[in-house]
Amino acid sequence: MTKYSALLFISGLVFLLMVITGLLPIFSDSHTPMLVGKAILEGAKDQVGAANVVTSVVLGYRGLDTLGELSILFAAASVVGLVLTKSSFNKAASANNDKHDHHDSGFVAVNAIDLIFPLLLVVGMYIITHGHLTPGGGFQGGVVLAVAFSMLVIVRPRRASINHGMVSIIESFAGVSFILIGVIALFKGQSFLQPLLSHGEFGSLWSAGTLPLLYLAVGLKVGAELAGLLLALNSDEVVD
Amino acid sequence: MNHFFTVEGILYFGAISLSIIGLFGLLVSKNLFRLLLSLVLFEAGANLVLVLSGFIRNGIAPIFLDGNSGAVMNDPVPQALVLTAIVIGVGVQALALSLIFRVKKHYGSMDMRTIRSKLEREIAENAGVTPPGSNEAPAPVKLIEGENS
Repeated sequence: MTKYSALLFISGLVFLLMVITGLLPIFSDSHTPMLVGKAILEGAKDQVGAANVVTSVVLGYRGLDTLGELSILFAAASVVGLVLTKSSFNKAASANNDKHDHHDSGFVAVNAIDLIFPLLLVVGMYIITHGHLTPGGGFQGGVVLAVAFSMLVIVRPRRASINHGMVSIIESFAGVSFILIGVIALFKGQSFLQPLLSHGEFGSLWSAGTLPLLYLAVGLKVGAELAGLLLALNSDEVVD
Repeated sequence: MNHFFTVEGILYFGAISLSIIGLFGLLVSKNLFRLLLSLVLFEAGANLVLVLSGFIRNGIAPIFLDGNSGAVMNDPVPQALVLTAIVIGVGVQALALSLIFRVKKHYGSMDMRTIRSKLEREIAENAGVTPPGSNEAPAPVKLIEGENS
């Protein structure tokens, strides 16, 4: 019965959405970016100096929003760590679990990860440092870094382990430096997170002022947080 | 009606269908993990609709390169918004997954009906009353040994 009423509701919603989509002014050739987008596309080159306009929006025009996003991710990662901590709740389960399930993955997986781990690091750092020039940036590169480190632990659950103190130091350092760059702008008499420094040569690696630094901080923070998150989920699965 | 045979029409149709599939899964599935997967699908569809709102026919990616000074660019603002939405979505999904882990470990099941009946029995047991709707059921026993101490 629930299924049929759900189906009825869904089909009504589909009809409504299709009609609304048909009325949107997107189906003409004269359709151009919206007001804000148009203004940003015209002014971003001179105001921010980054070749990638999306980066200009994420870190320049809406830097405060990115800071809020980072804090949401931080809160989520902390709560996942809190929920999945080995407390008295599952200590009994982990005690009789040490006998099995801690084998390495097979020969192929272990050697493949050893081979591609440095390459993943290089790709991740490349994506982070070229975030203001090419598609990509701190979030995407941070995910690549997190995958690299967590794969290392997943294929060898016993031997390899990530130093949790080091991870939290990197994470805190990245977060503090992001805020610090924003505060420095305040001392220069500008608004919070205003891009500083000279724009440099347009399209080169050293351009766009503080944007690459901000994206480096974002990348390190996202990488550390997601690695901790993946490891927390993975370790709980082993314990269960 | 010929709107729907343009590029935008097909893309919008795909994105809306994806979110509708996710919504349907949210409505009918009883398994917690399937609920989470439906939420992921719903979110992917919603993000695609958002990105599409900045789509321009024959537009290029909003990146200034040497050869594309005169070309029309897609709207960069929805792309930046969706970048935010994706990252927050990952956080929400990880949080939900960890809570599902705890529920699975405590109740031994991910089915919402089983969890609800066990939860009601647990509440009735702690309150010292008989579970609702089971006058002839045996006295409530501890569900999992040594946990409620």
